[in-house]
Amino acid sequence: MAHTGRTVGRLGEGDWDGKVSEIKKKIKSILPGRSCDLLQDTSHLPPEHSDVVIVGGGVLGLSVAYWLKKLESRRGAIRVLVVERDHTYSQASTGLSVGGICQQFSLPENIQLSLFSASFLRNVNEYLAVVDAPPLDLRFNPSGYLLLASEKDAAAMESDVKVQRQEGAKVSLMSPDQLRNKFPWINTEGVALASYGMEDEGWFDPWCLLQGLRRKVQSLGVLFCQGEVTRFVSSSQRMLTTDDKAVVLKRIHEVHVKMDRSLEYQPVECAIVINAAGAWSAQIAALAGIGEGPPGTLQGTKLPVEPRKRYVYVWHCPQGPGLETPLVADTSGAYFRREGLGSNYLGGRSPTEQEEPDPANLEVDHDFFQDKVWPHLALRVPAFETLKVQSAWAGYYDYNTFDQNGVVGPHPLVVNMYFATGFSGHGLQQAPGVGRAVAEMVLKGRFQTIDLSPFLFTRFYLGEKIQENNII
Amino acid sequence: MAAPWASLRLVAPVWNGRIRGIHRLGGAVAPEGNQKKKRTILQFLTNYFYDVEALRDYLLQREMYKVHEKNRSYTWLEKQHGPYGAGAFFILKQGGAVKFRDKEWIRPDKYGHFSQEFWNFCEVPVEAVDASDCDINYEGLDNLLRLKELQSLSLQRCSHVDDWCLSRLYPLADSLQELSLAGCPRVSERGLACLHHLQNLRRLDISDLPAVSNPGLTQILVEEMLPNCEVVGVDWAEGLKSGPEEQPQDTASPVPA
Repeated sequence: MAHTGRTVGRLGEGDWDGKVSEIKKKIKSILPGRSCDLLQDTSHLPPEHSDVVIVGGGVLGLSVAYWLKKLESRRGAIRVLVVERDHTYSQASTGLSVGGICQQFSLPENIQLSLFSASFLRNVNEYLAVVDAPPLDLRFNPSGYLLLASEKDAAAMESDVKVQRQEGAKVSLMSPDQLRNKFPWINTEGVALASYGMEDEGWFDPWCLLQGLRRKVQSLGVLFCQGEVTRFVSSSQRMLTTDDKAVVLKRIHEVHVKMDRSLEYQPVECAIVINAAGAWSAQIAALAGIGEGPPGTLQGTKLPVEPRKRYVYVWHCPQGPGLETPLVADTSGAYFRREGLGSNYLGGRSPTEQEEPDPANLEVDHDFFQDKVWPHLALRVPAFETLKVQSAWAGYYDYNTFDQNGVVGPHPLVVNMYFATGFSGHGLQQAPGVGRAVAEMVLKGRFQTIDLSPFLFTRFYLGEKIQENNII
Repeated sequence: MAAPWASLRLVAPVWNGRIRGIHRLGGAVAPEGNQKKKRTILQFLTNYFYDVEALRDYLLQREMYKVHEKNRSYTWLEKQHGPYGAGAFFILKQGGAVKFRDKEWIRPDKYGHFSQEFWNFCEVPVEAVDASDCDINYEGLDNLLRLKELQSLSLQRCSHVDDWCLSRLYPLADSLQELSLAGCPRVSERGLACLHHLQNLRRLDISDLPAVSNPGLTQILVEEMLPNCEVVGVDWAEGLKSGPEEQPQDTASPVPA
């Protein structure tokens, strides 16, 4: 009998249609590429084995992941897992950064890192090219940095500029008269010398770089996991040094990654752990047992990186400096730069040790701008006497309390933990260079392109400070 | 394999011109629908097969390598024939035109051949360069910056000239009087900000820059930055609304953004 099959009536006909769709669903779920409903769904968990686990998915962690995949000897040789606690990056230093890059440092290694990073950013669409994806627009402003020095700092600035020029940075020195000539809106009272970066310096959009790195790194096969590292399972080995002193060397075997808002965790068996956790690196280091020992010994040397809160304020000033304004860093430590076309500026100032705000949260202290930032800005640029603050935000520096420079390389006792953290405000601009250095250390065992041996962990125990003068 | 070539061109039009080197943004030869269908099939294949993805990646890298090859620095030529000769050869090889002081313009013909007689007078400084539609990028500017007495530079419709390249032009500040950036797809207001070093500039053409977000306002700011220069290209009144909605120019109190 000819029934259309849509009516409810006939016994078995409506059921047959439902059965077919159910069978289709089951077959689809068994086929590869679909999530399997037969077994427990573990797609949110990290894999059980991974060669390298990178703790921290900010720009430094992603840069290490990228270079590990770029420098591996055979395609697919290294399995990399990036563990990031917060996929929204709400407190990560990268997204909240002002985004500046400059070569005006006093240490040659810092200058080389910044020069390489500038060439990386310039060719970012070749390094991070992904088939079928649109090219990245980093919104780079090549306006340069202008550092001002008072009488007592002028000699140090001159010798720094000499080192910078030797390394290949294009920096020019200006006297107060030349400054007034070039930038008529500056008040040169108290300024003895200024150094102006002509090329490869400026500011860009760090969020875009982060997304570009993420996209490229995912296309290269790096796995991402949203979770928190709660435990390291390690084994130790007692060895004797040449002077017959006992040394306990540790090796991390497993990383326990705990899922967000649940007790579920996954032990990831790994060969190498990279600590790129930024402001929270000290917690990760403590989990690995770094610093558990009598103070003054190598076992008792903690990782001296702590979060420090820094404020950035955005204001509007209609008669302010024009389009050519570089990022100006004043003698008092206050800095500002233009933002966009509409007479908006942003800037801030690093507080002194006594004024350090509490890093427990990212609340902004507006009185800090009134009392400690505005007077210096108004003195240096008279047009800023009439300004109106539009908004402000706060972010963390992964501040190295020892000498404000980064920590790169393996730990002497926990032999498979590598550091890439502690850059105290210039991590973003050195991320490509540091990522490559750590990847070289992991894959080849030594630094090949830029020698970052002064940045190793052992300097904290030996007390060798590498002081960087030009920290903003 | 014709399909990867055509689709690569659509996907990344800024780098991939056609084989002859003519660069147009998305110059479509086949009808739109056909291209779209080709692209989805190719995208599907790329997502499912590593080989296709690797092949497309390789082709993309090769395109970029070709541009780099064109922009090598001619240091040996510079040693032999001096900076002006090397710079002129570079421009002519790319397809641009060169004018030595007191001489006529030297242009390559449609086959890319140009007269070799300029090697005889390569001590004469180069006065003007017309590098329109060339593939010059940041590294290639090395050769241009050697021309210390350049007075007029035209970089119209150069698809690889971006903000980084503009920040490199300051060594020509003493002599450069005329600069044209019309139609460069990658130049934005951020690159125009570093033209303030060129204090001798008398004529600047910034028309038709698609990457500039607000052409009218940018023109005003650039005019303020270079007071002695005639800035051509944008009618600054085009972005303004007329009538009572206009904000009064009140300098006493700060205007809210």
